[in-house]
Amino acid sequence: MTQEAISTDAVIIGAGPCGLFAVFELGLLDMKCHLIDILDKPGGQCAELYPEKPIYDIPALPVVSGHELTERLMEQAEPFGPQYHYNEMVEELERLEDGRFRLKTDGGLVFEAKVVVIAAGGGSFQPKKPPIPGIEAYEGKSVFYSVKRMENFRNKKVLISGGGDSALDWTINLQPIAQSMQLIHRRDGFRAAPDSVNKMHALVEEKKMQFHLGQITALHGDNGQLTGATAKGNDGNEYEIECDTLLPFFGLTMKLGPIANWGLNLHENLVPVDTEKFQTSEPGIFAIGDINTYPGKLKLILSGFHEAALMAQAAVRYAYPDAKVTFQYTTSSTSLQKKLGVA
Amino acid sequence: MRIILVDNKGCERELEAVEGWRVMEIIRDHGFPIVAECGGACACGTCQVEVDPQWASKLHAPREDELDMLDENYGGEWSRLSCQLIMTPELDGLRVRLADIAIREAA
Repeated sequence: MTQEAISTDAVIIGAGPCGLFAVFELGLLDMKCHLIDILDKPGGQCAELYPEKPIYDIPALPVVSGHELTERLMEQAEPFGPQYHYNEMVEELERLEDGRFRLKTDGGLVFEAKVVVIAAGGGSFQPKKPPIPGIEAYEGKSVFYSVKRMENFRNKKVLISGGGDSALDWTINLQPIAQSMQLIHRRDGFRAAPDSVNKMHALVEEKKMQFHLGQITALHGDNGQLTGATAKGNDGNEYEIECDTLLPFFGLTMKLGPIANWGLNLHENLVPVDTEKFQTSEPGIFAIGDINTYPGKLKLILSGFHEAALMAQAAVRYAYPDAKVTFQYTTSSTSLQKKLGVA
Repeated sequence: MRIILVDNKGCERELEAVEGWRVMEIIRDHGFPIVAECGGACACGTCQVEVDPQWASKLHAPREDELDMLDENYGGEWSRLSCQLIMTPELDGLRVRLADIAIREAA
């Protein structure tokens, strides 16, 4: 069965600050946008890496958190009715015969768009893999970087590694159905909700699970099936842990991912663009924000905003070559104010 | 002022250091392909270095958010984030080895 394609003016890959502002700039020019992001929320790095850290270099906002900046950009984009698609990674991008682009996500969504805007920052966020020799052989069989179905872990001897919210939450959630539950972390300090840490300590007190201090140094097993792990404590002594399932939770990192396969010119994992249109080597495909490169590039959010504005001017002319585009100001143009819902 | 940088192949190089700069910035400005994804916000862990044990005692202790990032990035006993190490005259000659995760893969 072929998935019915979502047809739109622009698909924006990445719902970080630059992708969100691109909705606004494209919206002023009547371009309808769909945004696709691999995360389960908008904001990109602002949401994933530093939601609470103050940002001091956004014009007119002397201080703003990554979270608040995201909220405000969403509010600014809202009049243009953008459609958000989270937890989706664009895997394929190809040009159709009619000049439009077809995009496919790993979740099976299909889009057909007149232009594509790559606003993917450092690429796609993917789980960090701990540097344990030979771990690849177990991945997908007895080592998992996320929990898709809890039932898969019923009656398993589960070892969870990490000290963040994901590690603590899954320790607590899976403990009742697992045969045994063990948590290993390199110190007795956690980057998690205090309530979760208390719950975990209580489970240890009740002898319902074990907590180990240290780091996994080796895995043991056959044909991808884990039977145990060797860990090294902070005193330097090694010890064995019996387990048949390992869940490492070490946060996310950014990888360029499928963008490398779309036939675009790349330079050191970045997408070169011109500074008039912010267009890639493929006409109709634009790149803005941290993912692009050009002489003098500064990886700043404010640079991405500027890039979004110029990109939008070029994108609308590419998508609608016969349309007459006049440059207008939001302060004086009634037609822009109508689009914004304020006139 | 200078720092000694050891790369993943064991190659050593002396880098001119500037007082008040972060060690990450010194490495980056010498054109070394350090990842430093978040740009120095102590939010990603991809500027991790291993400090020569002889120098460890001269550094200030890591803050909680640095420890969190070292947790996420499999830090060892002497691991620090180079974005949290600020050059002072006392650190002239500081010797650090770049962690594998801090080195940008070639495209």
